[in-house]
Amino acid sequence: MIDIKGVSKVFKGKKEITAVEDVNLQINDGEIYGIVGYSGAGKSTLVRMFNGLETPTTGTVTINDTVMSDLHGKELREKRQKMGMIFQYFNLLWSRTVLQNVTFPLELTHVAKEERQAKAEKLIETVGLKGRENAYPSELSGGQQQRVAIARALANDPELLLSDEATSGLDPKTTDEVLELLLKINRELNITIIVITHEMHVIRKICDRMAVMDAGRVVEEGSVFDIFRHPQKEITKQFVSEEETPQLSDTNVVIKELLKQVPTGKIIKLTFHGDQAKLPIISEMLRQFPEIDLNIVDGSIHQTQEGSIGTLYLQLLGDGQEIVDAQDYLHKMRVETEVIRGE
Amino acid sequence: MSSTTGFSSYFHFSQVDWASMWSATGETIWMTVFSLVLVAIIGILLGLLLFETTDSHSLWARLLHWLAAVFVNVFRSIPFIILIVLLLPITKNLVGTIIGPKAALPSLIISAAPFYARMVELAFHEIDHGVIEAAESMGATNTQIIFKVLLPESSPALVSGITVTGISLIGYTAMAGVIGAGGLGNLAYLDGFQASNNTITLVATIVILIIVFIFQTIGDLTVRRIDKRITR
Repeated sequence: MIDIKGVSKVFKGKKEITAVEDVNLQINDGEIYGIVGYSGAGKSTLVRMFNGLETPTTGTVTINDTVMSDLHGKELREKRQKMGMIFQYFNLLWSRTVLQNVTFPLELTHVAKEERQAKAEKLIETVGLKGRENAYPSELSGGQQQRVAIARALANDPELLLSDEATSGLDPKTTDEVLELLLKINRELNITIIVITHEMHVIRKICDRMAVMDAGRVVEEGSVFDIFRHPQKEITKQFVSEEETPQLSDTNVVIKELLKQVPTGKIIKLTFHGDQAKLPIISEMLRQFPEIDLNIVDGSIHQTQEGSIGTLYLQLLGDGQEIVDAQDYLHKMRVETEVIRGE
Repeated sequence: MSSTTGFSSYFHFSQVDWASMWSATGETIWMTVFSLVLVAIIGILLGLLLFETTDSHSLWARLLHWLAAVFVNVFRSIPFIILIVLLLPITKNLVGTIIGPKAALPSLIISAAPFYARMVELAFHEIDHGVIEAAESMGATNTQIIFKVLLPESSPALVSGITVTGISLIGYTAMAGVIGAGGLGNLAYLDGFQASNNTITLVATIVILIIVFIFQTIGDLTVRRIDKRITR
């Protein structure tokens, strides 16, 4: 269990910069916890306080009953050996082969040579790079390099894995592969993973719970499913909508175009959660209100760890009362409706 | 026929004393290699000191950095020929003589080590800080970071730096030769210039060029072999 209490970090220099301000978080064992925010929000500084690369100016980071800022020298190094970390630019040693990169942390802890070798080979297999043991990082693709970095981070059997924008330098397909790998590691080895990212997609795909950071503060926190369903703060809504409809601007264009062509009608946004996303609610609505004409402007369904979330933009044409009744019907079916443009 | 004038004066090979040419070559190589080994050791230590004390918050480290930087800058700036003369009393104390290849060593080392130290410092600074941070996050000690990250990751730059330093050392040994350190410089000056024997000067020059060429080739090949950053 990780307990962050009242943590702030102020960098003193020519100008004082408060990178992290009064952050309180609890992260449970075995969970994948996401911290999302734009660059400069303080998430990298926060995650560096987990393994003592930064020390909080005030407040405490407690990891499994150990207060990190109480540790110094040897104790701190031993604690760090029980935490893995992966980075945006992989940070592999280019002078070492894949195998030697993975044995690196084991050399630091003076594990015997044969044991190092065997362990590293097993981990390389886990991350799907069997056969590339003797390649150098420069001979690997970005996704492969990140796999090596993950294997390296797991070498000392960590209780915690910190991922600092680990997929930000990768293309979408490779990102998904690396995320799958993190999910597999979390499930098979029961390692707590903290994921720092600016991509909501990453959070949705693998995280159980999440926090949104803005200007050094945690502005929203909770289960990924809840936050996707009911984002409270403006910045969270921004993140969620970016993820829901990557072409949101396109949708607006489509709505404008539709409104121009058919000046009548109402545009509403429907949000389906979990089981409703699987039910034929719209066709049922059309059967009950046959006078309504319907245009689908845009739609998408996303899978989160807890279930699917669907979004649908509809243009409704027809009798005003009938449309209101239809909206009531949707409401009864527990589908959220939001009027984008009235009549 | 005068041997001091005309183009043909370069080609009186019969006047070359090959035995002394060989022994001078041996002295030049000995001075270069011996001082280069010490320059490498001192340069890496000094470069490490400069690197580790950069931007430190501790007052003690900053003082150390300042002292090392002053030492490096001062001795890098003194022209070599002046440095030899300046160091004569110290040389006498250290090696007991001011003549012969041995006498050249203190000034060779003191002038080249700061030069190499700067290159070492630069090589360390060129390592991606993220890699050092990654090692720190794995619980590496400072010593482990030096031996397992800094030195291996900067090895191509360290080797090409020692190649460049070695080549300037060959030039320095020739200069040292003029004030009696022996070697090819000494031979070219005494038997070539002062005895008006252009052939000896030419042969000594060619031998020095060959030594430089061999140095450069060994250095380049080593860098190619150890640099794994580029796929070939």
